[in-house]
Amino acid sequence: MSGANKIKILIGKPGLDGHDVGAKIVARALIDAGFDVIYSGLRKTPSEIAQLALEEDADVIGLSSLAGSHIEFCTKLKGLIDQYGLKEKLWVIGGCIPKQDHGALKEIGLDGIFPNGSRLEDIVDFISSNTGPGQA
Amino acid sequence: MDGSGAKKVVNESGIEIQPLYGPEDVEQSGGTGFLGDPGGYPFTRGIHKEMYRKRPWTMRQYAGFGNPAETNQRFKYLIENGQTGLNVAFDLPTQTGLDSDNVLAEGEVGRVGMAIDSLRDFEIAFDGIDLDKITVSLTINGAAAILIAMYLAMAEKRGYDLSQLRGTAQNDILKEFIGRGTWVFPVEPSIKLVGDTIEYCAEHAPKYSPVSVCGYHIRESGCNPAEEMAYAFCIAKAYADDVIGRGLHVDEFAGRLSYNFNLFGNLFEQVAKFRAGRGLWAKIIKEDYGAEDPRSMWLRMIAGGGGGGLTFEQPEVNIMRGAYYALISALSGTQTMALCSYDEAYTIPTEYSARISLRTMQLLMDEMGLCDTVDPLAGSYYVETLTNQMREKMEAVMAEVEAEGGIVEMVKDGRIQAKVSKQAYDMHRDIESGAFPKVGVNRYRIEEEDEHEVEFHPYNLKDAEMQIESLRRVRSRRDGAEASAGLTRIRGAAEAGENVMPAMVDATVGEITDALVEVYGRYQEPIRF
Repeated sequence: MSGANKIKILIGKPGLDGHDVGAKIVARALIDAGFDVIYSGLRKTPSEIAQLALEEDADVIGLSSLAGSHIEFCTKLKGLIDQYGLKEKLWVIGGCIPKQDHGALKEIGLDGIFPNGSRLEDIVDFISSNTGPGQA
Repeated sequence: MDGSGAKKVVNESGIEIQPLYGPEDVEQSGGTGFLGDPGGYPFTRGIHKEMYRKRPWTMRQYAGFGNPAETNQRFKYLIENGQTGLNVAFDLPTQTGLDSDNVLAEGEVGRVGMAIDSLRDFEIAFDGIDLDKITVSLTINGAAAILIAMYLAMAEKRGYDLSQLRGTAQNDILKEFIGRGTWVFPVEPSIKLVGDTIEYCAEHAPKYSPVSVCGYHIRESGCNPAEEMAYAFCIAKAYADDVIGRGLHVDEFAGRLSYNFNLFGNLFEQVAKFRAGRGLWAKIIKEDYGAEDPRSMWLRMIAGGGGGGLTFEQPEVNIMRGAYYALISALSGTQTMALCSYDEAYTIPTEYSARISLRTMQLLMDEMGLCDTVDPLAGSYYVETLTNQMREKMEAVMAEVEAEGGIVEMVKDGRIQAKVSKQAYDMHRDIESGAFPKVGVNRYRIEEEDEHEVEFHPYNLKDAEMQIESLRRVRSRRDGAEASAGLTRIRGAAEAGENVMPAMVDATVGEITDALVEVYGRYQEPIRF
């Protein structure tokens, strides 16, 4: 894959949650798998994440959340995604996401949910098969 | 493989483990000259002569959620169940210096801990709890100077004599930059604020421990056990240097420095880590800092948690992991324990899971004989050899940090963050491949697990709304001119480079934070991993 055609992934840390071990592990795994990765750093607001996705023209918006506020955050981000015309981006989330919340997140528009215990190769495979040539 | 066909075993700190140890191994590793007696320099065997025989470890489960009134109920439940200390969890807005009605706090008020906006909240949280009988540990870092001032003001208002008040604040900001992430101000002023609290407490609350230096979270973020302790010592030295730079003598404050360490991993490596660390810290503070008071040399610690070792898979197995972590802690001569509850990978512990953690510690104390004798593993050829080797490893790590320009510089440009996060990645890869064994994860796995074993702690939006209402009431009822004059005094003290603690006023956490941000600015995270 040439540099220009590389799939670009934004890994964002929403809200006040300071747990970044998982986000950095996933970011590194994605880099090792050949993706272009931008990590937002901690404590980003929904508009900062949407702005970053827009500016960087990311193909994938990945969020990492371990402090429980994922539904509130994704609901707010959803509005901005629509507003900024980012609907076509692949949108995934990982972290401490209980099963009981998966339905609500799917409804908001999340394409993939990777709770604690997910395997890195599954994340890589999901992104690979849902991006790139022939994909929305 | 060696000739005997035995597999090569290397512990996480990089020490090769032999199949058998004898007296010659102890001698070769440095002998027993650095042991001393319990209660005597270098304190390898324990900081007290009689240890648990005289006073068992304090049981201090981490707790707090919703508003102060709800948390007060949980505190009382834990005390009724035999808990002997409190360990306060604050919500993320409080930890990052935001008031509950700040737009950035939306959805996070009272979620992972209790919301505290003002002195009034502290009064509610500790209502009916005797602060002489139950010591309180505040898990607060970025906003620590403010919350310590508030806690002391609350105690004073209730009539406690500050010169006798005991308690602890975590207040270790350097580790927050490496892991955990509740920083507010840039690195230099953050260290200065820690120095302010140490200096202030040395004078006004000499029995209060203003800092608990945490190797714990750096270990959670990826480093190995020897590095965990070595990095903690580097950080403690950075704070000590700040305070000594103000003209204090080491014996005026070092006795009130405390530590927080992790427990997960290999049992013997962990026990050796604690014994080695005690000796090394005593040596540093005596030889490098010229301490004369033995109390200054004590490695006083809370050793609990072990969250990084617990698994999302088969969560009930974490009950057994927790029990072994508690055993490690007791065998290591810790002063305080706080066990992670088995459901912590999912949620805030329920009353039920918090009680299981308490009972785990009580079993060791009352049934298993862990309090009967001091340093029970001493004299084991293996443990003594490993203790010497772990001390050597820690010294090597500290020398490396020095050679790289010191821990503060490494934090500032993100070098240490990058190093630790690479280790976390490598470990994660090893767990996924099965190279590093994890029961229930890469062996004895149950596919298609459901979550029925875990009861989720509900998040109650009503509590957050009540908290915001109560904050607005506090603001509307106070003398606004006095509060704003107070904030001006805080800004003035910060601008003049003075200790800000005496200027702390009865304003809200967010208001005081904002006043300090105006002078110090905000931390900009180096993105390096």
